[in-house]
Amino acid sequence: MSVSEFFAMGGYARYVWPSYALVLAAIVLNIVWARRALKRARLEARRRVAMKDAT
Amino acid sequence: MAWTWFHRLGSPPYIYALAARLTPWFAWPAAVLTIVGLYAGLVLAPPDYQQGDGYRIIYVHVPSAWMSLMVYTTMAVSAAIGLIWRIKVAHAVAASCAAMGATFTFAALVTGSLWGAPMWGTYWEWDPRLVSELILLFLFLGYMGLRSAIDDVQRADRISAVLAIVGVINVPIIHFSVEWWNSLHQTSSVFRRAGPAMPMSMLLPLLTMFVAFTLMFAALLLTRLRAEVLSRERSASWIREVVSA
Amino acid sequence: MTEIRNETVDTTTTSEASFASTATPALAAARLVLARDLRLAFRRPGEMLQPLVFFAIVTTLFPLAITPELSQLRVVAPGVVWVAALLSSLLALEFLYREDAHDGTLEQYALSGQSLTWLLFAKTASHWLLTGLPLALMAPIAALALGAPMSSVPGIVASVAVGSIALSLIGAIGASLTLGVRRSGVLLSILTLPLAIPVLIFGASATSRAIAGEDYSAPLYLVGAIAVLGITLAPLAAAAAVRISLE
Repeated sequence: MSVSEFFAMGGYARYVWPSYALVLAAIVLNIVWARRALKRARLEARRRVAMKDAT
Repeated sequence: MAWTWFHRLGSPPYIYALAARLTPWFAWPAAVLTIVGLYAGLVLAPPDYQQGDGYRIIYVHVPSAWMSLMVYTTMAVSAAIGLIWRIKVAHAVAASCAAMGATFTFAALVTGSLWGAPMWGTYWEWDPRLVSELILLFLFLGYMGLRSAIDDVQRADRISAVLAIVGVINVPIIHFSVEWWNSLHQTSSVFRRAGPAMPMSMLLPLLTMFVAFTLMFAALLLTRLRAEVLSRERSASWIREVVSA
Repeated sequence: MTEIRNETVDTTTTSEASFASTATPALAAARLVLARDLRLAFRRPGEMLQPLVFFAIVTTLFPLAITPELSQLRVVAPGVVWVAALLSSLLALEFLYREDAHDGTLEQYALSGQSLTWLLFAKTASHWLLTGLPLALMAPIAALALGAPMSSVPGIVASVAVGSIALSLIGAIGASLTLGVRRSGVLLSILTLPLAIPVLIFGASATSRAIAGEDYSAPLYLVGAIAVLGITLAPLAAAAAVRISLE
């Protein structure tokens, strides 16, 4: 299978590639969200500990 | 003893440390298997007799759909555990599931729609499988909406747990809908009593993607769980050590 | 204009009564709650009629928006009637639970020592008697106005009557889940409507078959089955949610 044939997906390219793109985008988004949530939680926790130490 | 292990899982600092240690063991295999599965599905697997190369959507559609059901079940079971045994960590697990479950469900619906367009001639069909999967998406969104609408975390946990448990009846409906009704959606070709109806060359990439997605879910769940646990333990002493590390 | 809702219900159990027979006091308490709800509703007939007026108005909107051709309206009549009934039922739910939660009656029910499940079942029954049953009687009128034949009236009444039982039960779950939420009207709909979709599908199917003159027993039985499932499980879930909200 040549590269152009691969991208054409037997004529179904406009269904197959958006599907894969969507799912991969969803995966990447979830990874980003999860890591951001953890980072935010750590920041919040650090702030809380600092406030408690200050009082 | 078995019970000490179970009780330790309910302890937030233990779970936090355990989750941190386990995440890479799920994340890296997930990444590798995803790449392997994508290559196997897009390049190695043979084209279908009827659908040509268009059937390859199966390698993202079906794993997403399976994950949507698995995530909801995980959410409902951990919500039930949290409600019955009053284990806060279980509620944190349930909370961590919701966004991912909604994403998988949305992905399953859209990829299914893109697959149906060339094969069935329509982007959408009001048939039992599709409608019940859509209801699953509404359930996830309703769960997240309910959680955010209640300020008190404990009450939000327990009220949304009731919703999760009530909605779990949808999961068997989704799975068996193609058997119980004359559905446009095809019947089960993998989970059958007679065994899978697919040749190994097509089935293996599918299973690979499914395992990859499951490992990915585990890694993401553990990450979100750590964030949840941190934000719930307001001023516990163990947080001090974790944060300064 | 404040109104004194001085319909108290003595739902406390005495030790002798609970020792003598545990089943009867629960049923008696449930009957008292039902009677109270009905009596209170009839004191404000305006409020009671609002969901029914809403139903009438909504069903009127469709021929104005789609087409006045009866032959075409007949096709959408079951759907229109059912969606309007569903939305009207949702509206009435708010009245049912909101007031009792605000003035502490619900808390009294939970603290009374009576089975909260039975008391909430009684409240759901009052919701059906005040909203579902009248809707089932109004539905054929709306359907006739949308082109349904006279012969379909019994089928329409039966399907909406049974379906609205299921809707009241599902709505009870939604209402109990959103008790502690401010301005929960939209969230209540978001939670209840997806759960009500199976009832809508089968109920509308039964109504549609009745209008077409076909045998509508199969979908009617399915709606009945959902209603029976709801009767056994919905009050339990609602009671659990109410207790959590009141903590």
